[in-house]
Amino acid sequence: MNVELSGWGRYPVAATDLVQPGSPDAVPAMVAGRTGAIARGNGRAYGDAAIGEETTVSLRGLDRMRAFDPATGWLTVEAGVTLAEIVEAFLPRGFFPAVVPGTQFVTVGGMIAADVHGKNHHRDGGFGDHVAALELLLPDGTRLACSREQNAELFHATIGGMGLTGYILAATIRMIPVETGWIRQRTLVAETVADTVRLLDAAQDATYSVAWIDGLARGAALGRSLVYLGEHATRAELGGAQVPTRFGPAAKAGPGVPFDLPALTLNRFSVAAFNEAYFRLGAAKAGSERLVGWRPYFFPLDGVADWNRIYGRNGFVQYQFVLPAARSADLLPDLLDRIARRGSASFLAVLKRLGRGGGLLSFPFEGHTLALDMKMEPGLLAFLADCDRLVAAAGGRLYLAKDARQTRATFEAGYPGLDRFRDIRRRYGLEGRLASRLSRRIGL
Amino acid sequence: MTEMKTVLVVGGTSDVGRAVARAYAAAGWSVQLAGRDAAGLEREAADIATRTGVAVSVHAIDILDTGAFAAFADGLPVLPDTVVSVVGLLGEQVRAETDAAHATTVMRSNFEGPALLLGLFAERFLARGHGTIVGVSSVAGERGRASNYVYGAAKAGFTAFLSGLRNRVSKRGLHVVTVKPGFIRTRMTAGMKLPARLTADPQAVGTAIFRAAETQRRDVIYVKPVWALVMAIIRALPETIFKRTKL
Ligand SMILES: Cc1cc2nc3c(=O)[nH]c(=O)nc-3n(C[C@H](O)[C@H](O)[C@H](O)COP(=O)(O)OP(=O)(O)OC[C@H]3O[C@@H](n4cnc5c(N)ncnc54)[C@H](O)[C@@H]3O)c2cc1C
Ligand SMILES: NC(=O)c1ccc[n+]([C@@H]2O[C@H](COP(=O)([O-])OP(=O)(O)OC[C@H]3O[C@@H](n4cnc5c(N)ncnc54)[C@H](OP(=O)(O)O)[C@@H]3O)[C@@H](O)[C@H]2O)c1
Repeated sequence: MNVELSGWGRYPVAATDLVQPGSPDAVPAMVAGRTGAIARGNGRAYGDAAIGEETTVSLRGLDRMRAFDPATGWLTVEAGVTLAEIVEAFLPRGFFPAVVPGTQFVTVGGMIAADVHGKNHHRDGGFGDHVAALELLLPDGTRLACSREQNAELFHATIGGMGLTGYILAATIRMIPVETGWIRQRTLVAETVADTVRLLDAAQDATYSVAWIDGLARGAALGRSLVYLGEHATRAELGGAQVPTRFGPAAKAGPGVPFDLPALTLNRFSVAAFNEAYFRLGAAKAGSERLVGWRPYFFPLDGVADWNRIYGRNGFVQYQFVLPAARSADLLPDLLDRIARRGSASFLAVLKRLGRGGGLLSFPFEGHTLALDMKMEPGLLAFLADCDRLVAAAGGRLYLAKDARQTRATFEAGYPGLDRFRDIRRRYGLEGRLASRLSRRIGL
Repeated sequence: MTEMKTVLVVGGTSDVGRAVARAYAAAGWSVQLAGRDAAGLEREAADIATRTGVAVSVHAIDILDTGAFAAFADGLPVLPDTVVSVVGLLGEQVRAETDAAHATTVMRSNFEGPALLLGLFAERFLARGHGTIVGVSSVAGERGRASNYVYGAAKAGFTAFLSGLRNRVSKRGLHVVTVKPGFIRTRMTAGMKLPARLTADPQAVGTAIFRAAETQRRDVIYVKPVWALVMAIIRALPETIFKRTKL
């Protein structure tokens, strides 16, 4: 079937052949003989990572769970199972995934391929660090069991490998025991960038930490933020509080964004107003501790269906980079100032502390990562290219799962594991057969 | 919860069968999944057991092998409280017009097999004194149409069978539910253009069946209520007009 596909940012849009196998056993025949093919999960990568150069193989139909061992927390599922389904099935039984990204509408395959990070990366590593084993299908039909012991090289390349090492059919992932579905959240106020970085660095023992930066504040207030620290609340901690249920209130679907708002809706004033309100609201509660349900805590945007449409028909890009820990304090002000001056930043300016990376092409390394959405409009690409130069010069890199536009040079400068990755692709005969729009663009 | 109840889902590898089994499992029922595709059944059974923590067993049955039904029922670990038959075969209407073997398979898969199997469970449920029987038939059985009358005729037979069975056993502790789903987004209809307002998701069918059979004790359901209206109109059309329509 020929379709037009895009990522979550709705930029770029590209034509591709789409195939949709319904089970792991159906995949080999459907991918046999194809070139320029790539796996797709739930399409939540922002750019062009999950669009095949010629063929896109949707693995969303591989959505059966296989086994769970409550004694160890290991859960085996097919790769198209979503995080939402996992949380729905296991939170009521007292288990939560060891690592979650900012939306639950992602598949296990997508989380492994991007080696996604949560708010606990500084402490617990990436999603890939909690994968015990995976079943990988090579384009020639070979099915391999991969783990740290077996086919270890492919295993490490597949974690963070953006689908370029094969089709993940199933995986065994770690669930951690939790006593409740609530998070004990502490909010700290940071008045400058340096403050923000310092508070995050000082909170390395916190399970979860994240800073929401006011992307439009300038001058003395540049980089002001709210730093949120979180811990899973215990049953006892829940005891005194006025909360309805142990595992959090039931799903509440918020109003969706049914159509593309005119591009002007997202001008400087609406975002500034949003940011100011957000900042005040948070600051009023700052310093105090409160219990927050798992949905608003981990997946705040999931309550608004199709929110990616608010950026209008041309879409948007999410700009996410990581800077080495030692360089953040002097580089972030410059980058934030450029962004603030440009004035088209989103309410989504998120700063996180990252720990060591897992896979060959995994995004995280010891440092700080900033992510924000920018509406696609004339001049944006040139603006971001300038930012790229600063990031690359400081030894930073851009996140492939968010990327829609970086150049091959920027990519090569940021990912030293690249040569080994290319070598593995060559040896397993994957070049040419597995290729996405992303991999073509950055010369992978 | 009182004692653990058991549902038998025949056609457990279909999208609708899977949804029915999940709806029952979510309510704490243990599940027996039956069908002809052993690997497919194992995949569904593991999925349901992993998601819900309930026990799921798998059982082989070919709905065309009617002689093996008694042994199939004997082989179940327990006689279920509820049996749901989801088995069906759309087949190809045009082929069935000239290929008698194909037409026979469609008729037997939609009528003879499911009816005889549910009839057999009815006798065992009567002997025990209680039980619920659910047959997934189709709106296609309400009036024969050019585009699928071989399938429709078989579903009409199945609907009539369930109606008669209900008439006979409902005074004796049994409950019989006829399900006439309109369009459902499944493997059977993959690739077809279906009107969104008339089309249900398998999950909706699963929950509707559980509710109709176990909580509301309904006799006949359409899943999407709008279908009751649509079919009332289609049934009311005089044959002189109906024969000229293209449906
Ligand atoms: C609102 C929002 C918040 C987010 N927050 C975070 C965050 O906090 N941290 C973070 O790290 N990321 C975050 N992301 C990004 C998201 O987690 C990743 O892009 C993830 O990879 C998306 O998973 P998916 O199933 O949608 O995969 P897709 O977007 O469909 O694919 C992503 C990549 O995975 C590959 N892939 C998918 N399935 C398979 C498979 N079965 N086998 C092999 N390769 C496969 C694809 O080829 C592609 O390269 C966020 C995204 C959104 C929309
Ligand atoms: N989809 C619709 O729009 C729609 C509308 C109205 C009614 N229905 C009815 O709803 C039910 C489920 O349909 P569906 O859409 O989920 O279709 P489906 O996927 O084709 O399901 C049919 C089921 O019947 C089983 N089956 C067929 N022949 C069999 C045999 N000889 N022995 C054992 N099992 C056999 C199939 O098993 P395998 O997996 O082994 O093939 C499958 O489980 C059917 O009765 C159908 O007629 C469907």
